[in-house]
Amino acid sequence: MRHTISILIENEAGALSRVAGLYSSRGYNIESLTVAPTDDASLSRMTIVTSGPEHVIEQITKQTNKLIEVVKVVDLTDTAHVTRELMLVKLQAVGAAREEVKRLADIFRGKIVDVTESSYVVEITGECTKLDAFLSAVGQSQILEVVRSGATGMARGEKSLKV
Amino acid sequence: MELSGGEILFASLKEEGVEFIFGYPGGAVLHIYDALYKQDEIKHILVRHEQGASHAADGYARATGKPGVCLVTSGPGATNVVTGLATAHMDSIPMVVITGQVHQDMIGTDAFQECDIIGISRPCVKHNFLVSSLEDLAPTIKKAFHIATTGRPGPVLIDIPKNLTAPEVRIPFVYPKEVELRSYNPVTGGHLGQVRKAIDQLVIAKRPVIYFGGGAVQGEASEQLTRLGHELGYPVTGTLMGLGAYPSTDDLFIGMLGMHGTYEANMAMHECDVLLAVGARFDDRVTGQLKTFCPHARVIHIDIDPASIAKNVAVDVPIVGDVGRVLTEMLACLAETNQRAESDELAAWWQQINVWRDVDSYAYDRKSDTIKPQRVIEVMYEVTKGEAYVTSDVGQHQMFAAQFYKFDKPRRWINSGGLGTMGFGLPAAFGVKMAFPDSDVACVTGEGSIQMCIQELATCKQYNAPIKILNLNNGYLGMVRQWQEFNYESRYSSSYVDALPDFVKLAEAYGHVGIQIDKPADLEGAIREAFAQKDRLVFLDILTDTEENVYPMIEAGKGHHEMRLNPKRSEFI
Ligand SMILES: Cc1cc2nc3c(=O)[nH]c(=O)nc-3n(C[C@H](O)[C@H](O)[C@H](O)COP(=O)(O)OP(=O)(O)OC[C@H]3O[C@@H](n4cnc5c(N)ncnc54)[C@H](O)[C@@H]3O)c2cc1C
Ligand SMILES: Cc1ncc(C[n+]2csc(CCOP(=O)(O)OP(=O)(O)O)c2C)c(N)n1
Ligand SMILES: [Mg+2]
Repeated sequence: MRHTISILIENEAGALSRVAGLYSSRGYNIESLTVAPTDDASLSRMTIVTSGPEHVIEQITKQTNKLIEVVKVVDLTDTAHVTRELMLVKLQAVGAAREEVKRLADIFRGKIVDVTESSYVVEITGECTKLDAFLSAVGQSQILEVVRSGATGMARGEKSLKV
Repeated sequence: MELSGGEILFASLKEEGVEFIFGYPGGAVLHIYDALYKQDEIKHILVRHEQGASHAADGYARATGKPGVCLVTSGPGATNVVTGLATAHMDSIPMVVITGQVHQDMIGTDAFQECDIIGISRPCVKHNFLVSSLEDLAPTIKKAFHIATTGRPGPVLIDIPKNLTAPEVRIPFVYPKEVELRSYNPVTGGHLGQVRKAIDQLVIAKRPVIYFGGGAVQGEASEQLTRLGHELGYPVTGTLMGLGAYPSTDDLFIGMLGMHGTYEANMAMHECDVLLAVGARFDDRVTGQLKTFCPHARVIHIDIDPASIAKNVAVDVPIVGDVGRVLTEMLACLAETNQRAESDELAAWWQQINVWRDVDSYAYDRKSDTIKPQRVIEVMYEVTKGEAYVTSDVGQHQMFAAQFYKFDKPRRWINSGGLGTMGFGLPAAFGVKMAFPDSDVACVTGEGSIQMCIQELATCKQYNAPIKILNLNNGYLGMVRQWQEFNYESRYSSSYVDALPDFVKLAEAYGHVGIQIDKPADLEGAIREAFAQKDRLVFLDILTDTEENVYPMIEAGKGHHEMRLNPKRSEFI
């Protein structure tokens, strides 16, 4: 099953490579990984989307927790949570497709952030599945380039992941 | 008081109570070696290869419980300690390894003797630090010792760029009194509710087994473990890493378990209904085939590392905490209840175990006219009265030492279990001898392993370490040959060790005593003589049976109940 794991980690040189190294050396799968400093500049927040059987996920959280620079780890999948991903898509936009792409972007609440005679860049945020759905709606033949940020997320409600 | 980086390093090590550092100089640590020269509190031991430094520091740590310390240069010096780091990491041994790094301005430029030791060592250390300012040096050393020695112990590496140790750059020295790491707070006391649950399970057991490991050694929990065993009267088995934490000569001890453990220990594991695991990590050499592992047992597992629990085997009662503290809590909890296992059931269980014991799975041919490796260890056990520190290398000789030397005390049996590092034994024995100059220290090795760090014979000479080396010379990489015999129809591919040196002359060339023996009748005399020479290193080259195998054995893919016994046993039982 797919799990979204949130990590608070000391914002220090090399900390990211410890997490990435742990995943590769233990053969854990990473679907996406995002990281950036938080409101507290001494901490980075990382979101990892991974998948595997339950006992592997348990090992993943325990082994991640064991890294000295990791302050906190939660598996968001255990509770109600929101995830969001940002995607930029460059699409071919000529002739009839130009209007169709615009219409689809509207339906998906995307924004067109760059326009040329023959192309659009569309920005969309949402759950990963929404981004997937957009891509399949526009169709492979229209797509020139895709960049996705990877998912970030947090638990719903008052509970917060802080030091 | 203003000190340079080099001076800060030694002042800090002194604060940590370090007696010895094992090291080897080079460009990036020249400032440090100059600071070393100007102080006389910390004794530096010049090894002959950085791998030797790492195993010596490791041996010192295993025998004393204090962290072992190494100092090496950048580049090749640093890469040479990687095997030692991985060895210590696998067995959870506290070490602090200091590596020199190139000047900060040159990092990343492929400078002379630059290598990314932080990156290289990352998967085989508990933690590592690249020191980025002189102000950070003392606090980093403090953190390194703290991390290495607390929680689940392990090696920590500190990489120090050369410019930070320059004699002309000086800052006031204050060694921090405490460390605060918001991201690192290992649990020590066990959860009381869990401890009670464990006791509830233990007192209703019909076929219980206590299985202890290296954590009982690391956690200094021998006394509590022995009391618990006696209080309950349950059979006790230990891993290769745990040996000595529970007295091997105690009646309740049923021997080592696992691949080359006793038949009774493995059968008891297979049939048990409650298993109490104490600081052990369910390694594959111990569990055998996981599908058939302890099929009837409820499992209680005490471990300081949550990640060790339920890693390979599902656990019914997990207890995260220090073994010493948790066992103390368990003993207190036991004292509060009168409930104990049914005595009839327990007696029946022991009766069954004794039937397995009578199989005598370690039996070997005592009438052989070649020297049997098992006999060598038995004789050494008698001669040293079971009191020696015994280090070993890796192979059949290691298994024979574990099977036949009955360790009654922890920290006496020193070997590389997790990584299985050939070359470990000699430098480790040297490190132990530095810590305990008045004790007997023996290195059990093979003609293959000993050649991997043989250069440390010179270190033993220079620092006067009269250890005894028992080279069980079977002419083969015996453990490999055994697997080839069993699994590859005796195709001994590259396992015969040709062109062996004359070990007697070699020992003599290094300034030591060498003795070769090949007759069983000479064995005891030679071993006595070796241990009687208190002030000389004696290298006993013992020509043993070339094709002896280690029995019993759980082969790959087999379970505890499927042990292979010595096929010739009917001839000598
Ligand atoms: C050739 C060869 C053959 C081998 N055959 C066998 C064999 O037949 N049988 C065998 O047993 N091994 C054998 N081994 C060794 C094996 O590979 C493992 O190293 C060993 O079984 C691990 O022992 P352990 O479970 O005690 O773990 P260790 O590696 O000693 O780990 C200790 C555990 O205790 C925990 N711990 C540490 N400190 C504390 C504390 N204070 N409180 C609580 N928990 C703590 C740690 O977190 C860890 O989980 C063999 C090795 C070689 C090289
Ligand atoms: C550094 C290293 N290389 C290879 C091995 C694989 N290996 C395990 S046991 C063994 C044979 C050891 O031979 P020897 O030291 O003569 O001991 P014996 O088994 O004959 O007692 C080998 C090659 C290892 N454990 N370590
Ligand atoms: Mg050999």
